[in-house]
Amino acid sequence: MVYPLIDVFIYSVEEGYNFASQTYFDVGLYNFSYVLHDPYFLQALKNTLLMVVITVPISTGLALLISVGLSSITALRKLYQTIYFLPYVTNTLAVGLVFMVLFQKTAYTDGLVNLLINWFGGESVDFIDGPYWAKMLVLCIYIIWVVLPFKILLLTSALSSVDESYYNAARVDGTSSFRIFYKITLPMISPTIFYLIITGFIGAFKEYSDAVALFGTDLNAAEMNTIVGYVYDMLYGDSGGYPSYASAAAVILFAVVLTITCINLLISRKHTYY
Amino acid sequence: MKQQVDYELVRRRAAARKRVVHGVIYVLLSLWAVVVLFPFYWMLLTSVKSYSEYNSEAIPKFYTLSPTLQNYVDAFSQVPLLRYLLNTLIFTVATTAIMLAVSVLAAFAFARLSFRGKDVVFTLFLSLMMIPNELVIITNFSTITNLGLRNSFPGLILPSVTSIFYIYLLKENFAQVPDSMYYAAKVDGTSDLNYLLKVMIPICRPTLITVGILKVIECWNSYVWPRLITDDEAYYLVSNGIQEIRENGFGRENIPAMMAAVVVISVPLVVLFLVFREKIMAGVSRGGTKG
Amino acid sequence: MKVVLEHLTKQFPARGRKSAEVTAVNDLTFEIPDGKLVGLLGPSGCGKSTTLFMICGLQTPTAGKIYFGEDDVTNLPPENRGVGVVFQNYALYPHLTVRENILFPLQNFKGKDKLSKAEMDKRAQEAARLVQIEDLMDRKPNELSGGQQQRVAIARAMVKMPKVLLLDEPLSNLDARLRLQTREEIRRIQKQTGITTIFVTHDQDEAMSISDEIVVMKQGVAQQIGRPQEIYDDPVNLFVAKFLGTPPINTFRGRVAGGRLYIGEDAVLTLDGVADQEVSVGIRPEGFVPRQDGPLHCHLSGVEVMGRDVSILSTNPQSDNPTVRAIINAESRVDTASETVRFALKPAKVLLFHRETEERIPFQNGQAL
Repeated sequence: MVYPLIDVFIYSVEEGYNFASQTYFDVGLYNFSYVLHDPYFLQALKNTLLMVVITVPISTGLALLISVGLSSITALRKLYQTIYFLPYVTNTLAVGLVFMVLFQKTAYTDGLVNLLINWFGGESVDFIDGPYWAKMLVLCIYIIWVVLPFKILLLTSALSSVDESYYNAARVDGTSSFRIFYKITLPMISPTIFYLIITGFIGAFKEYSDAVALFGTDLNAAEMNTIVGYVYDMLYGDSGGYPSYASAAAVILFAVVLTITCINLLISRKHTYY
Repeated sequence: MKQQVDYELVRRRAAARKRVVHGVIYVLLSLWAVVVLFPFYWMLLTSVKSYSEYNSEAIPKFYTLSPTLQNYVDAFSQVPLLRYLLNTLIFTVATTAIMLAVSVLAAFAFARLSFRGKDVVFTLFLSLMMIPNELVIITNFSTITNLGLRNSFPGLILPSVTSIFYIYLLKENFAQVPDSMYYAAKVDGTSDLNYLLKVMIPICRPTLITVGILKVIECWNSYVWPRLITDDEAYYLVSNGIQEIRENGFGRENIPAMMAAVVVISVPLVVLFLVFREKIMAGVSRGGTKG
Repeated sequence: MKVVLEHLTKQFPARGRKSAEVTAVNDLTFEIPDGKLVGLLGPSGCGKSTTLFMICGLQTPTAGKIYFGEDDVTNLPPENRGVGVVFQNYALYPHLTVRENILFPLQNFKGKDKLSKAEMDKRAQEAARLVQIEDLMDRKPNELSGGQQQRVAIARAMVKMPKVLLLDEPLSNLDARLRLQTREEIRRIQKQTGITTIFVTHDQDEAMSISDEIVVMKQGVAQQIGRPQEIYDDPVNLFVAKFLGTPPINTFRGRVAGGRLYIGEDAVLTLDGVADQEVSVGIRPEGFVPRQDGPLHCHLSGVEVMGRDVSILSTNPQSDNPTVRAIINAESRVDTASETVRFALKPAKVLLFHRETEERIPFQNGQAL
C-alpha cells in the first residue's frame, strides 16, 4: 500500500541506478548532495519559493474580497459565480497560450498588455522572454488567475453557511460593517480560510504545468523551472533518465511540504475556535 | 419634533451609504469578471483574425471586421489536432468508465461488505491520500516503463483509474443508504451484485454523475503523466498536443491558428461546464482540488 | 417606553412569476403600554416573527407606522432604536467567551456614548448578575447548556439597557422542565427591570402564564388583544377559542331554537338573546358535569386518571372532533362499566359561534338543564 513511498526512498539512496540494467553501485546520500548542488535545482527551488510566497497570500486575499462582495449582492450573483468559475474547467495549457500571446513582445507587436502599459506611460517589457522579474510576474498572475475559482467557490459557500441570525444580532447592536466582518464573519469562516491556505501552499509547491503553459517545456533554459518540473525533467525529458536524482528531489519536496503543512496546522489550531 | 427630523436624517444617510457601497461592489465584481473573461474573448477574437491581419496589427485591435474560419481549417489540416482530440476522447472515456467501475466496487466493499480488517484497510487507504502525487508518479513511471507500456493507451490509462478521493466520496454516499434496504433485498433473495446494480447505483446516481464529470475534466486537462509516458505524437493528448503545436507546429508566428486550436480544445469543457454547472460546482466545493 | 403599531402591513414580493405577493402582516394596530410584558401568539406562519422583526428594524414595513413613545421609528435602522433582541437560536458568537459576547454590544458604542473599559466590565457584570451567570463568564457558548445559553443571550440583550426587549420564541429550544423555569425567570427579570418586553411564541401555555397581555394572530391579522384570562373566557371567534387552552375546547354542531340550545336531539341549555339558527358550540373541558340525568348523551370510550384530575373520553355524533374530552376532579365517581355517560353543562364554559363566519355569538341568562 505504501509501496510508492518506500520505492521512491529506495531509489533516492541508490547511487548510479540504471534503468536498463536495474543495477546500482552503492547506497548513500550522494543523490541528495548532487541535487542540492545542481544549479538547476537551486533555481527551481528559488522560483518555487518565490511563487509560494507571492501567490498564496494574494490569491487568498483576493478570493476573500471577491467572495465577500459576491455574498453582499443578490442580483446577478449566479452569473458572476458562473463566470468566476470558468478558469477551473479550462485546460491550463491551452489558456496559458492565450496569456503568452497577451504578454509576449514579438517582432510584430508588443502585445496587448504592453499596449496598456504604454497607455499609462510605461516602457514595453517582454514578459515571456524578457527579464526574470517580468517572467515571474506573469507566471504569478497566471497562477492566481487559475487558482482563484476554487478559492472563491469554497469561500462563498462558507460565507453563505454562516447563520443569518448572527448578523441580525450584530446589526441590532449597532455593529459597524467592518467590525461585523472582522469580529464575526472572519472567525466563522476561519476553518475554510486555513484549509485554503494549506492547500494553497501545497498546490503552489507543486506548481509545474502553468509554467510550461507560459514558457514551454524547456523551463531550465527559461530560468522558470519549478521543483516538480525538475523532478520530471530528471525522470524523463531533455536532461532525463536519472530516476535516482528525481527521487531525491521528490523526497526533498515532500519533506518541505510536510514541514510547512505541519506548521500551518499548528498555527490554525491556535486560531480557529473549533 | 426636533427628534423626528433627526431620525429621518439618520435613515436617509444609511440608505445613501448602502447605495454607494453596493455600487462600488458591482463595479469591482464586474472588473474581475472582465479579467476572467478577457482571455477567452481574446482567444476567440484572435482565432478569427486572418494571419496577415493579425501580424499587421502592431497595436492589437479589440475587434475584427473580417472574421475568417481559415484558422480552424489550418488547425485541423496542418497539425494533427483531430488525432489529439480523438486520443483525448478515448483516454477520457476509457479512464472515466474504468475509474467509475473500480470506485463503485471498492466503495461498495468498504461500505457494505464486512471482512476481516476492513477498518484497517480503509484507514491505510485514506492515509494514501497524504502521499504526494509526485512520489507516486515516479514509481508508476518506472513500473510502466519496465512493463514496456510506454506510448500505449494501457500505459496512459492504467495509473489514472484509481482515485482514493472518489472512492471515499462514494463510500460516504453508499453508507447513507439505510441498512434495512440491504436486509430487505437479502430477504427477497437478491445477490450482492444485483443489489449494487439495482438499488445502490440508482440511489447514488447524482454522486456518480458528479464524480464522473469531475473525472472527465481532470482527464481532459491532464498533462504531466501523458507527457512522461508518451513521446510518440500518435499518442499525444490535447495538452501535449497544444504544447507540441506551440513549439513545432505552424511555426511560432501563426498565433491565430494556434488560438483556433486552443478554442477547439477549450470548447468541449466549457460546454460541459455550462450544462452541468450546478453539479460541478457542488462537487468541487465538497472537497475537490485541482489536479 | 410605550410601543405603538399603527396599521402595520408587510408584504413580501412574489417568489415565482405565478405566485402572488405574500402578505405576512396585515393592518396590525395595537399599543403596548410602558413596562408591560406582551406575548405575540399564533400558529407558525401567522406573521408574529415578522412583526417582531419590524419592531426591531431588521425588516421595513410596507405600510403603517411604528412609534416608540412619541418617536416615529418606522424606517429607522435597528442600531438607532435602542432595542435588545434575543433570537430564537440565541445567535451567541461561538468563537467568543460569554464575557466577550456580553461586552460585544457595548464595544459598538461610538463618540460620546463610548464607555471606558472599567464601565463596560461593570455593566457586563451587572447583566450577568441579573441572569445569574457570573461564574460562567469565561466559558465558550458550546460549553453551556441550553438554559445557560438562553441566559447569556438575555444578558447580551439587556447589557446596553434597551428601551424595548424583544424575544423570538425564547423557550422553543429548551426541554419541558427548563421551559417552566426559564419562563418564570423571564418574568422575574422583566418585573425587576421594568423594560417593555415583547415576545413571540406559538405555545399558548407560555403566553398565558407570563404575559400581561396577549395578541393572538392568524394569517397576519390580529384576532384579539387582551389579558390572558379575558381571552380565554371571552374569545372573539372560534379560532381564538380553539387556539387557547389545553386540552383544547370541544366543538359540536348545534342549533338554537326557541331559547334553547340543542346538540343533536339533546336540549342542553336555555338562553336568551340569540335568534334561532345553526351554531357551532364550544365547550371547555372543565365545563362538563357528569350527572345521572344530564341532558347531553355521550358514548363513553375511556377514562384517564391523572392524579388531581380525571379525563372522561367519549364520543358524540355531533362532535367535530373524534373524541370529546371532559375534565372533572378526581373525587367525582364515574361508572366505567356503563356504555353512555350523561353531562350537564356549566353555562359560563359554553361558547356559541356563527356556523359560517365563526364569529362569537353572545348570549345571556344561560341556564343548565
